[in-house]
Amino acid sequence: MATIVGIDLGTTNSLVAYMDGDRPRVIPGKEGRTMVPSIVGFLDNGLVVGDPAREHLVRSPSRTIYSVKRFMGKSVADVAGELSYFPYVLREKGGVIRIQMGDKTYSPPQVSAMILKELKRRAEAHLGEELTRAVVTVPAYFNDSQRQATKDAGLIAGLDVLRILNEPTAASLAYGLQRNARGIIAVYDLGGGTFDISILKLKDGIFEVLATNGNTHLGGDDFDRRMMDAVIRDVRDRHGINVDDDPELMQTIRLEAEQTKRRLSDEPQARMTIPLPEGRGAYERTWSRDEFETLTADLVEQTMAPCRLALKDAGLETGQVDEVVLVGGSTRMPCIRDRVQALFGKTPHCDLNPDEVVALGAAVQAGILAGDNTDMLLLDVTPLSLGIETMGGVMSVVIRRNTTIPASAREMFTTSADGQTSVDIHILQGERELVTDNRSLARFQLKVPPLPAGTPRIEVTFLIDANGILNVTASDIRTGRSQSVQVKSSHGLTDEEVEHMIRDSFRFAEQDVRARQLIEARIEAEAIITATEKALRRGENLIERDEAQAVRHAMDALRAANAGEDHRAIRSKITDVEHITHHLAEVLMDATLKDALENKKLSEVRE
Amino acid sequence: MNADAPHAAAGRVGDRPRDLPMARSMCWHCQSEVPGEYFCAKCVKVQPLSKDLDYFTCLNLPRALNLDEQALEDTFHALSRTFHPDYFATKDDSEKAISLGNTALLNAAYRTLKDPIRRVEYLIHLEAGSAGTIRTTPPADLFDEILELQERLDAFRALSPDDAPERRQTLREQLRHDRRSLEDRKAQLDARLSDQCTKWDALQAGAGDDAAVRAQKDEILTAMRALLSNRTYVTNIVHDLAETAG
Repeated sequence: MATIVGIDLGTTNSLVAYMDGDRPRVIPGKEGRTMVPSIVGFLDNGLVVGDPAREHLVRSPSRTIYSVKRFMGKSVADVAGELSYFPYVLREKGGVIRIQMGDKTYSPPQVSAMILKELKRRAEAHLGEELTRAVVTVPAYFNDSQRQATKDAGLIAGLDVLRILNEPTAASLAYGLQRNARGIIAVYDLGGGTFDISILKLKDGIFEVLATNGNTHLGGDDFDRRMMDAVIRDVRDRHGINVDDDPELMQTIRLEAEQTKRRLSDEPQARMTIPLPEGRGAYERTWSRDEFETLTADLVEQTMAPCRLALKDAGLETGQVDEVVLVGGSTRMPCIRDRVQALFGKTPHCDLNPDEVVALGAAVQAGILAGDNTDMLLLDVTPLSLGIETMGGVMSVVIRRNTTIPASAREMFTTSADGQTSVDIHILQGERELVTDNRSLARFQLKVPPLPAGTPRIEVTFLIDANGILNVTASDIRTGRSQSVQVKSSHGLTDEEVEHMIRDSFRFAEQDVRARQLIEARIEAEAIITATEKALRRGENLIERDEAQAVRHAMDALRAANAGEDHRAIRSKITDVEHITHHLAEVLMDATLKDALENKKLSEVRE
Repeated sequence: MNADAPHAAAGRVGDRPRDLPMARSMCWHCQSEVPGEYFCAKCVKVQPLSKDLDYFTCLNLPRALNLDEQALEDTFHALSRTFHPDYFATKDDSEKAISLGNTALLNAAYRTLKDPIRRVEYLIHLEAGSAGTIRTTPPADLFDEILELQERLDAFRALSPDDAPERRQTLREQLRHDRRSLEDRKAQLDARLSDQCTKWDALQAGAGDDAAVRAQKDEILTAMRALLSNRTYVTNIVHDLAETAG
């Protein structure tokens, strides 16, 4: 049977994994890197995803989309507070964000689909088969709209998403498999843009989630922004440059802040250098870890309340947690580790790579769905209470948060006026009393036969499936007839829109492939040219003049091809250069080896 | 059932917790007889559980209130391994839907019976109908006390943090004292509820269901309903007090 892959569709990076026998494995790209940056670059003749798009980001920020996960299932109003950090323009249609790129707009599921397709391609190349089915992970605290948007992204990418899986639960599967663990575990997952805490009970291969909590708008990005804000102020004060007016500089600062943050996880100090535009020199600053931690202490603290709430909902005290697991790249920050350790009074585990563990767990779940693994079973919960609007704008809870899914609830509806032919139902998600404080998921109209008030009895069944996605059905108790319910999602794409996007995605697929091949060939060509120039400088005196001349010729031909648009021509010239420098490489290798040997003591060589 | 065999492959052969009432006696797919089996013997399709299945039967437990919690969890896990949608991901839509429905019912049963209070509410609903209509009422003997307490609570809420720190402190102390005494009261209610549960279980275990037994049962159900009603009221106030005065 065809492989089902597990995909971690992250805010900052995405990964794809599969089950290799009974072991999950992350699939690397050609360069050996397992992470694909969740970045999409829009070029004149197509688009690029991942590492090439990252390069594109600094050169052409307004034509590059990153952190699109923050927009999944959201309206513009939902993200108003962070608009200034993004170099692109956001619009809205039907309650869904659309990102403006030139004269076209893209919905977040469309952009996510571009990333999914890149992962699909990578996995297909590695496994040598066509892939159509996947498990895709989402933050546990994602609401219905965000989950639905993720499913839509899969559809647009040509993937049947068999399961939307919660990230911390996925991580627990990967850990559970490795450690054969049992007892209570807490999974603390701080990623690029989201935070989750899940409390699970492990027993005999059953992974039962007791409670989950989190914040879908808190992650590594927010730590970067604290540093960015400080730098932006500095650059204005010291150099008189308004960064808000310079998107390229803004992106340079963002990337440098991210790098500096990473370095501060390993070292007590880190120096940042940011070249300023128009020959105005460079901005330099040394950050101490203490300084950075003071600046972000409240962000760390913001993760504590969800932890306590999750424990309370699970009916547990911190002391009852047997193991704590850290997931997500942001948990590399020492301040996070210390704070988590202080809360639970236990040294957290981080023996699996926090960047890869979610993808590994998704692959384990894919193995379960494929029927290859019947030892493990995951019982997850719905993170948010589901309710309906009642009189006075109050939400009445139908399915409470942290209920094991699949979960269903039945509610009876009737009319308040004689001859009334429909009842409006407004579905909500959230923990607050008032409708306006909760998330509007959808609205629908129940059709009712015209009868005296209070006579009709329509039973509506709300069913949250194993993906955490809501399904609604209704039936007339008097006639026993069921009716289909057309649910109008408040923040989602319509079926027609998704259809349209699927068609678009196929239409542009060929163009995208060409653009990607060109970009990849160019990157490789540039790397080869640099390496060959270096080799020539070091080794020209070790080879014949004719040979050096031939190498130069081949390089010129490669440069010429690289200026063109034909990736095949570039590839062919790359092969030529590789071929013709073969001898030079050998000569250099010998020379290096000789140097190395001469610099060592004879006794060492003998051994 | 064999609780020691949780690894029995779901949906395949092996241990099944026990035969539950099914929605139909014929396989929905091949129309062959399925006498209480979860999977059709002929076409191996999963069969839907009866929608009217009560939670005690679903989880293979007697209709008693002091439950063997380990058995409850084991049965839940074993049935999850039988019906969970994860094991039907590559099956056809009908089987997926049945797996979804069965699991949703199973999850509701487990959630209800796992919690001792919900368990009592559910029993009242089963035996006497409509537990949903249990009103929250204060215990009669606490009526005056609770009125005074509500006044103190209002007075405390009306004080701004800045003025009258001493009065604030005094009130806070009083409210904390109120909370402790109500928590004691709640413990008493729990103990009385537990007594009623034990009485119910004894009656349930005994043979016969004549009019006298039925009358005794009704008496217990009425008593439990009153205790639950008081308990919810006290719990709400304790919660308010904890939120307001710590």
